[in-house]
Amino acid sequence: MADIVLDHITKRYPDGTVAADDINIEIADGEFIILVGPSGCGKSTALNMIAGLEDISEGELRIGGERMNERAPKDRDIAMVFQSYALYPHMTVRENMGFPLKIAKVDKAEINRKVEEAAKILDLTQHLDRKPANMSGGQRQRVAMGRAIVRSPKAFLMDEPLSNLDAKLRVQMRTMVSKLQQRLETTTVYVTHDQTEAMTLGDRIVVMRGGHVQQIGSPQTLYDTPANLFVAGFIGSPAMNFLPAKLEGGTFRTPLGDLALTDEVRRTLEGADAQRDVIVGIRPEHFEDASLVEDHQRARGSVFTAQVDVLESMGSDKFAYFSMEGEQAMSADLADLAADAGTADVPGGDSGTLVTRLSATSGVREGVRAEVWVDTGKIQVFDPSSGKNLTAGVGVGHPVTTDSV
Amino acid sequence: MATTTGDPRTRVWWGVAGLVVVLYALVPVLWILSLSFKTTDTITDGNFIPRSWTLDNYAQIFSLDIFTSALVNSIGIAIISTVLAVVIGTMAAYAIARLDFPGKKVLVGVSLLIAMFPQISLVSPLFDIERAVGLFDTWPGLILPYITFALPLAIYTLSAFFREIPWELEKAAKMDGATPLQAFRSVIVPLAAPGVFTTAILVFIFCWNDFLFAISLTSTPRSQTATVAIANFTGASQFAEPTGSIAAAAVLLTIPIIIFVLLFQRRIVAGLTSGAVKG
Repeated sequence: MADIVLDHITKRYPDGTVAADDINIEIADGEFIILVGPSGCGKSTALNMIAGLEDISEGELRIGGERMNERAPKDRDIAMVFQSYALYPHMTVRENMGFPLKIAKVDKAEINRKVEEAAKILDLTQHLDRKPANMSGGQRQRVAMGRAIVRSPKAFLMDEPLSNLDAKLRVQMRTMVSKLQQRLETTTVYVTHDQTEAMTLGDRIVVMRGGHVQQIGSPQTLYDTPANLFVAGFIGSPAMNFLPAKLEGGTFRTPLGDLALTDEVRRTLEGADAQRDVIVGIRPEHFEDASLVEDHQRARGSVFTAQVDVLESMGSDKFAYFSMEGEQAMSADLADLAADAGTADVPGGDSGTLVTRLSATSGVREGVRAEVWVDTGKIQVFDPSSGKNLTAGVGVGHPVTTDSV
Repeated sequence: MATTTGDPRTRVWWGVAGLVVVLYALVPVLWILSLSFKTTDTITDGNFIPRSWTLDNYAQIFSLDIFTSALVNSIGIAIISTVLAVVIGTMAAYAIARLDFPGKKVLVGVSLLIAMFPQISLVSPLFDIERAVGLFDTWPGLILPYITFALPLAIYTLSAFFREIPWELEKAAKMDGATPLQAFRSVIVPLAAPGVFTTAILVFIFCWNDFLFAISLTSTPRSQTATVAIANFTGASQFAEPTGSIAAAAVLLTIPIIIFVLLFQRRIVAGLTSGAVKG
């Protein structure tokens, strides 16, 4: 077990493409860290550089305090689980899991003992003599995990290990991975493009985009105080709503009407220009059916009236969708997010829709105008050109960490 | 094949077509087999089934020292050439399939060129060279050109197989602590086994059947191969054609190849890589 430090790491390909630019991450011993981002953001490149499967162009990689840049993968003592599992098809499960030990010249009895121990943890004992070809996706996935854990490496690297499983199995395996990591207390770097996986698994999450680290922090920190529009839009499902707004004398003029600033928001925005264009971000759960909001709460927010387009009742909550008229929030960050989600190609897709999460007891109905309350104290304000969060820290009280631990 | 399991009429047609092809290929072989069992008197009678059976032809060729020693030469030279060509070819094919190095296209082109070169045009130069360096009429003198001409074939067949093996398996082996050589030996080669055996069979047949180099580059029983020995058979008298002996020797020569193919055919199982990666 060891800590992993990525110190100003850059990956530049011979053709000039920069896949990862000046990445700084300090991963503590035993920590479960997630690299998340849309495809092409450099997360897999970063993982491969830690593994040693790709060279590091600049910067230093340290595992357990030792410089690793020049070491071959086999000398780094780390195990990796691949997206495709990469099981050896000509070997049985037992041989697959024992392979790293066999290479390390561990004696046969010891290999058997360790493989059986790992098989027990992963519930593979009865499959030990089967070949991967005769196994289901979930079983193969567990064999791949088993191969990683048998030799108790310093760290686990996982490259989208669950993305080939169907939805239900993925949730089960997610829990298993989480338990396994807690049990083994081994430093784990996990790459995924799925923000739900990132939120549920990680001690900390590194959000990446275009080869740059956007923000590092605990799931809750990223959720509550995203550093910029990209992180705000990427983390959370359904995604945060973004509205174009004009800041004018203590109120936001938005397509939803005027939203009054709370004192907290006003304080953090002080020093900013008195009148300016901003993008306002509101999470779906910060809306509520106005009739269910108590009076003392009502004062902390604003109320608007709009027609419910679509209502999805999930039992525990109701998701009400409203269409917003007028212009939409525009920013490079949002365009990236839309491109990643694929909504940019869908005519009249996600953009222009406001998603709200209301109580299950709410009486709103489809096609009927509803009065909705917004908790303006939870509003995030972003700069449209830089995408930066201007209110970072509001309501939570700790600063945004971009590269410090 | 979907068609073979289709309606009965298609199946009948496939059966008939297969039978025609097999018969077409088999008739000459059966004819040789029949000749090898005929006595000298009946050898020219034109009967497909011998009227009087004899094993004299077989007894006779083994009474000649030249054939036995030639058989040993053939087996030795073919096996050594096959092993070397497959080992070198495997490594070369792996490099071509996996690595990007300067001059790769040229290398592939040149190896193709060797395969296309008319061999007869190389016989005289090879004869001179081998005599000059003392390789003439030795085993290495045959093994070397065999490897040269078998390699392009080996490289082509094998690199196609290597390309089919998922790249990630090798990365996985590296992460599991294997050196590149260990990864190659314990992961890549076993998976490429069908390709390796296919190549081995083809190379073996090429070396085993070669006549041109064998007759040009050897002169004594020390290194003459079986194909050459057959050509040198003489009849009982100066005027008698040794047809029976030649037929018997030809039959004997096909036996090792049949054994070789049957032995390795079991290993040529398609889809060995299934289960390595998703799906």
